[in-house]
Amino acid sequence: MTLVTVLIVAAALIGIGLYGALSQQSFVMLMMGLELMLNGAILAVIGFWSFSLGGAPEGQLLAIIVMAVMAVEMAVGFALVVAVYRKRQADMTESLTSMRH
Amino acid sequence: MTDALFLALSTLAIWSGWRVFRVDSMVRASFQLMVSFIAVGLIAVLLAAPYIGIATIFMMAVEMMVMALFMVMFMMNPAGLNPMVMVHQHRFSIAAGVVAFSGLSAAVLLSDLPVQRVPEGADVVRDLGHELLGPSMLIFETAGVTLLATMIGAVVLSAHSGRYGASDAGSLPPGLTPGGEPAGRKPDESAGHHHHHGGH
Repeated sequence: MTLVTVLIVAAALIGIGLYGALSQQSFVMLMMGLELMLNGAILAVIGFWSFSLGGAPEGQLLAIIVMAVMAVEMAVGFALVVAVYRKRQADMTESLTSMRH
Repeated sequence: MTDALFLALSTLAIWSGWRVFRVDSMVRASFQLMVSFIAVGLIAVLLAAPYIGIATIFMMAVEMMVMALFMVMFMMNPAGLNPMVMVHQHRFSIAAGVVAFSGLSAAVLLSDLPVQRVPEGADVVRDLGHELLGPSMLIFETAGVTLLATMIGAVVLSAHSGRYGASDAGSLPPGLTPGGEPAGRKPDESAGHHHHHGGH
Protein backbone atom coordinates (compact mmCIF):
# COMPACT_ATOMS: atom_id res chain seq x y z
CA MET A 1 0.00 0.00 0.00
CA THR A 2 1.77 3.10 -1.25
CA LEU A 3 0.55 6.55 -2.18
CA VAL A 4 0.76 5.60 -5.86
CA THR A 5 -1.48 2.54 -5.52
CA VAL A 6 -4.03 4.45 -3.44
CA LEU A 7 -4.16 7.25 -5.99
CA ILE A 8 -4.52 4.80 -8.87
CA VAL A 9 -7.48 3.15 -7.13
CA ALA A 10 -8.95 6.63 -6.68
CA ALA A 11 -8.35 7.35 -10.37
CA ALA A 12 -10.18 4.14 -11.31
CA LEU A 13 -13.17 5.14 -9.17
CA ILE A 14 -13.20 8.61 -10.75
CA GLY A 15 -12.99 7.11 -14.24
CA ILE A 16 -15.89 4.73 -13.61
CA GLY A 17 -17.90 7.54 -12.05
CA LEU A 18 -17.28 9.78 -15.05
CA TYR A 19 -18.40 7.01 -17.36
CA GLY A 20 -21.60 6.57 -15.36
CA ALA A 21 -22.34 10.28 -15.11
CA LEU A 22 -21.97 10.72 -18.85
CA SER A 23 -23.67 7.55 -20.03
CA GLN A 24 -26.71 7.04 -17.80
CA GLN A 25 -30.08 8.31 -18.93
CA SER A 26 -31.82 8.11 -15.61
CA PHE A 27 -31.26 11.07 -13.29
CA VAL A 28 -30.68 8.93 -10.24
CA MET A 29 -28.14 6.69 -11.96
CA LEU A 30 -26.40 9.83 -13.19
CA MET A 31 -26.16 11.01 -9.59
CA MET A 32 -24.66 7.68 -8.62
CA GLY A 33 -21.88 8.38 -11.12
CA LEU A 34 -21.24 11.73 -9.44
CA GLU A 35 -21.18 10.02 -6.04
CA LEU A 36 -18.65 7.51 -7.29
CA MET A 37 -16.39 10.33 -8.47
CA LEU A 38 -16.62 11.98 -5.06
CA ASN A 39 -15.83 8.58 -3.51
CA GLY A 40 -12.59 8.55 -5.49
CA ALA A 41 -11.91 12.14 -4.43
CA ILE A 42 -12.26 11.22 -0.73
CA LEU A 43 -9.89 8.29 -1.21
CA ALA A 44 -7.31 10.51 -2.94
CA VAL A 45 -7.55 13.16 -0.21
CA ILE A 46 -7.12 10.61 2.56
CA GLY A 47 -4.25 8.97 0.68
CA PHE A 48 -2.41 12.26 0.33
CA TRP A 49 -3.09 13.13 3.94
CA SER A 50 -1.81 9.79 5.16
CA PHE A 51 1.31 9.51 3.03
CA SER A 52 2.61 13.00 2.44
CA LEU A 53 1.10 15.48 4.86
CA GLY A 54 2.75 14.20 8.02
CA GLY A 55 -0.57 14.00 9.88
CA ALA A 56 -1.57 17.65 9.50
CA PRO A 57 -5.25 17.77 10.49
CA GLU A 58 -6.24 20.08 7.61
CA GLY A 59 -6.14 17.07 5.28
CA GLN A 60 -8.85 15.33 7.26
CA LEU A 61 -10.82 18.58 7.29
CA LEU A 62 -10.76 18.60 3.50
CA ALA A 63 -12.18 15.06 3.48
CA ILE A 64 -15.01 16.23 5.75
CA ILE A 65 -15.72 19.09 3.34
CA VAL A 66 -15.91 16.60 0.47
CA MET A 67 -18.43 14.61 2.50
CA ALA A 68 -20.50 17.75 3.03
CA VAL A 69 -20.41 18.39 -0.73
CA MET A 70 -21.66 14.84 -1.22
CA ALA A 71 -24.59 15.41 1.12
CA VAL A 72 -25.49 18.69 -0.60
CA GLU A 73 -25.34 17.04 -4.01
CA MET A 74 -27.62 14.21 -2.92
CA ALA A 75 -30.20 16.45 -1.25
CA VAL A 76 -30.45 19.07 -3.98
CA GLY A 77 -30.27 16.41 -6.68
CA PHE A 78 -33.17 14.43 -5.25
CA ALA A 79 -35.18 17.61 -4.71
CA LEU A 80 -34.66 18.49 -8.38
CA VAL A 81 -35.66 14.97 -9.42
CA VAL A 82 -38.87 15.30 -7.40
CA ALA A 83 -39.61 18.75 -8.85
CA VAL A 84 -39.00 17.64 -12.44
CA TYR A 85 -40.97 14.45 -11.98
CA ARG A 86 -43.94 16.32 -10.57
CA LYS A 87 -43.88 18.82 -13.42
CA ARG A 88 -43.16 16.58 -16.38
CA GLN A 89 -43.49 12.96 -15.21
CA ALA A 90 -39.92 12.66 -16.48
CA ASP A 91 -37.10 10.64 -15.01
CA MET A 92 -34.79 10.55 -18.01
CA THR A 93 -32.41 13.21 -19.21
CA GLU A 94 -33.75 13.02 -22.76
CA SER A 95 -37.20 14.19 -21.75
CA LEU A 96 -35.87 17.56 -20.69
CA THR A 97 -35.23 19.73 -23.70
CA SER A 98 -35.74 23.11 -22.10
CA MET A 99 -35.42 24.61 -18.65
CA ARG A 100 -38.79 26.38 -18.79
CA HIS A 101 -41.95 24.82 -17.52
CA MET B 1 -1.29 -8.11 6.05
CA THR B 2 -2.15 -4.47 5.42
CA ASP B 3 -1.16 -4.87 1.78
CA ALA B 4 -3.38 -7.92 1.30
CA LEU B 5 -6.27 -6.12 3.00
CA PHE B 6 -5.72 -3.05 0.85
CA LEU B 7 -5.64 -5.15 -2.30
CA ALA B 8 -8.87 -6.93 -1.38
CA LEU B 9 -10.68 -3.72 -0.37
CA SER B 10 -9.57 -1.74 -3.42
CA THR B 11 -10.57 -4.58 -5.73
CA LEU B 12 -13.95 -4.66 -4.00
CA ALA B 13 -14.34 -0.88 -4.27
CA ILE B 14 -13.57 -0.80 -7.99
CA TRP B 15 -15.49 -3.94 -8.85
CA SER B 16 -18.66 -2.90 -7.02
CA GLY B 17 -18.29 0.61 -8.45
CA TRP B 18 -18.28 -0.94 -11.90
CA ARG B 19 -21.24 -3.20 -11.08
CA VAL B 20 -23.31 -0.09 -10.22
CA PHE B 21 -23.73 0.55 -13.93
CA ARG B 22 -24.04 -3.10 -14.92
CA VAL B 23 -26.76 -4.57 -12.72
CA ASP B 24 -30.34 -4.74 -13.95
CA SER B 25 -31.99 -3.36 -10.85
CA MET B 26 -31.52 0.18 -9.61
CA VAL B 27 -31.93 -0.90 -5.99
CA ARG B 28 -29.12 -3.38 -6.49
CA ALA B 29 -27.10 -0.60 -8.09
CA SER B 30 -27.48 1.56 -4.99
CA PHE B 31 -26.40 -1.33 -2.78
CA GLN B 32 -23.36 -1.90 -5.00
CA LEU B 33 -22.49 1.77 -4.57
CA MET B 34 -22.84 1.34 -0.81
CA VAL B 35 -20.41 -1.61 -0.92
CA SER B 36 -17.96 0.55 -2.84
CA PHE B 37 -18.23 3.33 -0.26
CA ILE B 38 -17.81 0.92 2.64
CA ALA B 39 -14.67 -0.50 1.04
CA VAL B 40 -13.27 3.02 0.63
CA GLY B 41 -14.15 3.79 4.25
CA LEU B 42 -12.26 0.70 5.40
CA ILE B 43 -9.28 1.72 3.25
CA ALA B 44 -9.38 5.09 5.03
CA VAL B 45 -9.23 3.21 8.35
CA LEU B 46 -6.19 1.32 7.02
CA LEU B 47 -4.69 4.69 6.07
CA ALA B 48 -4.76 5.80 9.72
CA ALA B 49 -7.89 7.96 9.36
CA PRO B 50 -10.39 6.03 11.49
CA TYR B 51 -12.76 8.94 12.05
CA ILE B 52 -13.17 9.75 8.36
CA GLY B 53 -13.46 6.07 7.45
CA ILE B 54 -16.14 5.22 9.98
CA ALA B 55 -18.02 8.46 9.29
CA THR B 56 -18.02 7.62 5.57
CA ILE B 57 -19.41 4.17 6.27
CA PHE B 58 -22.23 5.45 8.49
CA MET B 59 -23.12 8.33 6.19
CA MET B 60 -23.13 6.21 3.06
CA ALA B 61 -25.13 3.39 4.63
CA VAL B 62 -27.91 5.88 5.41
CA GLU B 63 -27.57 7.72 2.12
CA MET B 64 -27.80 4.58 0.04
CA MET B 65 -30.87 3.44 1.97
CA VAL B 66 -32.52 6.74 1.04
CA MET B 67 -31.35 6.23 -2.52
CA ALA B 68 -32.82 2.71 -2.63
CA LEU B 69 -36.14 4.14 -1.42
CA PHE B 70 -36.05 6.72 -4.21
CA MET B 71 -35.30 3.99 -6.70
CA VAL B 72 -38.40 2.12 -5.64
CA MET B 73 -40.50 5.30 -5.73
CA PHE B 74 -39.50 6.61 -9.14
CA MET B 75 -37.91 3.98 -11.26
CA MET B 76 -39.29 1.33 -13.47
CA ASN B 77 -38.03 -2.20 -13.03
CA PRO B 78 -36.81 -1.86 -9.44
CA ALA B 79 -36.64 -5.59 -8.90
CA GLY B 80 -34.39 -6.23 -11.86
CA LEU B 81 -36.73 -8.71 -13.47
CA ASN B 82 -35.98 -7.42 -16.95
CA PRO B 83 -32.64 -6.56 -18.45
CA MET B 84 -32.03 -2.85 -18.17
CA VAL B 85 -29.83 -0.81 -20.44
CA MET B 86 -30.51 2.89 -20.27
CA VAL B 87 -27.49 4.61 -21.70
CA HIS B 88 -26.77 7.30 -24.21
CA GLN B 89 -23.52 8.41 -25.88
CA HIS B 90 -22.06 5.12 -24.73
CA ARG B 91 -18.80 5.07 -26.69
CA PHE B 92 -18.03 8.66 -25.80
CA SER B 93 -18.62 7.93 -22.11
CA ILE B 94 -16.38 4.87 -22.16
CA ALA B 95 -13.68 6.91 -23.88
CA ALA B 96 -14.06 9.74 -21.36
CA GLY B 97 -13.80 7.32 -18.43
CA VAL B 98 -10.73 5.60 -19.87
CA VAL B 99 -9.08 8.94 -20.66
CA ALA B 100 -9.80 10.21 -17.13
CA PHE B 101 -8.37 7.05 -15.56
CA SER B 102 -5.28 6.87 -17.72
CA GLY B 103 -4.62 10.60 -17.51
CA LEU B 104 -4.88 10.65 -13.72
CA SER B 105 -2.79 7.48 -13.43
CA ALA B 106 -0.13 8.93 -15.71
CA ALA B 107 -0.08 12.10 -13.64
CA VAL B 108 0.32 10.02 -10.47
CA LEU B 109 3.06 7.83 -11.94
CA LEU B 110 5.01 10.63 -13.56
CA SER B 111 5.00 13.14 -10.72
CA ASP B 112 7.38 13.21 -7.82
CA LEU B 113 5.09 12.79 -4.84
CA PRO B 114 6.24 14.02 -1.47
CA VAL B 115 6.62 11.45 1.29
CA GLN B 116 5.87 12.38 4.86
CA ARG B 117 3.88 9.71 6.61
CA VAL B 118 1.63 10.15 9.59
CA PRO B 119 3.91 9.72 12.61
CA GLU B 120 3.57 6.44 14.48
CA GLY B 121 1.13 6.74 17.37
CA ALA B 122 -0.13 10.18 16.35
CA ASP B 123 -3.45 11.09 17.93
CA VAL B 124 -5.15 11.89 14.62
CA VAL B 125 -8.77 12.00 15.79
CA ARG B 126 -7.88 14.31 18.68
CA ASP B 127 -5.92 16.53 16.26
CA LEU B 128 -8.91 16.65 13.93
CA GLY B 129 -11.21 17.67 16.77
CA HIS B 130 -8.87 20.45 17.85
CA GLU B 131 -8.60 21.61 14.24
CA LEU B 132 -12.38 21.56 13.68
CA LEU B 133 -13.17 23.54 16.81
CA GLY B 134 -10.03 25.66 16.68
CA PRO B 135 -8.30 27.27 13.70
CA SER B 136 -10.69 25.85 11.09
CA MET B 137 -13.90 26.50 12.97
CA LEU B 138 -15.09 29.06 10.41
CA ILE B 139 -14.76 26.50 7.58
CA PHE B 140 -16.56 23.87 9.63
CA GLU B 141 -19.38 26.26 10.53
CA THR B 142 -19.66 27.37 6.91
CA ALA B 143 -20.22 23.76 5.95
CA GLY B 144 -22.98 23.62 8.56
CA VAL B 145 -24.71 26.73 7.21
CA THR B 146 -24.37 25.33 3.68
CA LEU B 147 -26.15 22.19 4.81
CA LEU B 148 -28.93 24.32 6.34
CA ALA B 149 -29.31 26.20 3.04
CA THR B 150 -29.42 22.84 1.28
CA MET B 151 -32.24 21.64 3.54
CA ILE B 152 -34.25 24.80 2.86
CA GLY B 153 -33.58 24.55 -0.87
CA ALA B 154 -34.56 20.88 -0.98
CA VAL B 155 -37.83 21.59 0.83
CA VAL B 156 -38.63 24.54 -1.47
CA LEU B 157 -37.87 22.51 -4.59
CA SER B 158 -39.80 19.45 -3.60
CA ALA B 159 -42.73 20.99 -1.72
CA HIS B 160 -46.17 20.36 -3.14
CA SER B 161 -47.68 23.65 -2.10
CA GLY B 162 -46.34 27.11 -1.54
CA ARG B 163 -47.66 29.65 0.92
CA TYR B 164 -50.63 30.64 -1.27
CA GLY B 165 -51.58 27.51 -3.18
CA ALA B 166 -49.74 25.14 -5.46
CA SER B 167 -46.03 25.78 -5.55
CA ASP B 168 -45.83 25.93 -9.34
CA ALA B 169 -48.75 28.33 -9.77
CA GLY B 170 -47.02 31.42 -8.48
CA SER B 171 -47.47 32.90 -5.05
CA LEU B 172 -50.14 35.59 -5.27
CA PRO B 173 -51.72 36.12 -1.89
CA PRO B 174 -55.52 35.92 -1.64
CA GLY B 175 -57.63 39.10 -1.85
CA LEU B 176 -58.34 41.18 1.20
CA THR B 177 -62.06 40.99 0.45
CA PRO B 178 -63.72 37.93 -1.09
CA GLY B 179 -62.99 38.01 -4.83
CA GLY B 180 -60.99 41.22 -4.47
CA GLU B 181 -57.57 42.23 -5.72
CA PRO B 182 -54.65 40.23 -4.38
CA ALA B 183 -53.02 41.87 -1.43
CA GLY B 184 -49.47 43.07 -1.62
CA ARG B 185 -47.31 44.21 -4.49
CA LYS B 186 -48.19 42.84 -7.92
CA PRO B 187 -45.50 41.38 -10.16
CA ASP B 188 -44.43 43.64 -13.04
CA GLU B 189 -46.88 42.90 -15.88
CA SER B 190 -44.56 43.57 -18.85
CA ALA B 191 -41.80 41.41 -17.49
CA GLY B 192 -44.23 38.98 -15.92
CA HIS B 193 -45.47 37.39 -19.11
CA HIS B 194 -42.22 35.73 -19.98
CA HIS B 195 -41.99 34.07 -16.60
CA HIS B 196 -45.66 33.22 -16.56
CA HIS B 197 -46.22 30.47 -14.05
CA GLY B 198 -49.52 29.20 -15.38
CA GLY B 199 -50.19 25.59 -14.45
CA HIS B 200 -50.35 22.97 -17.17
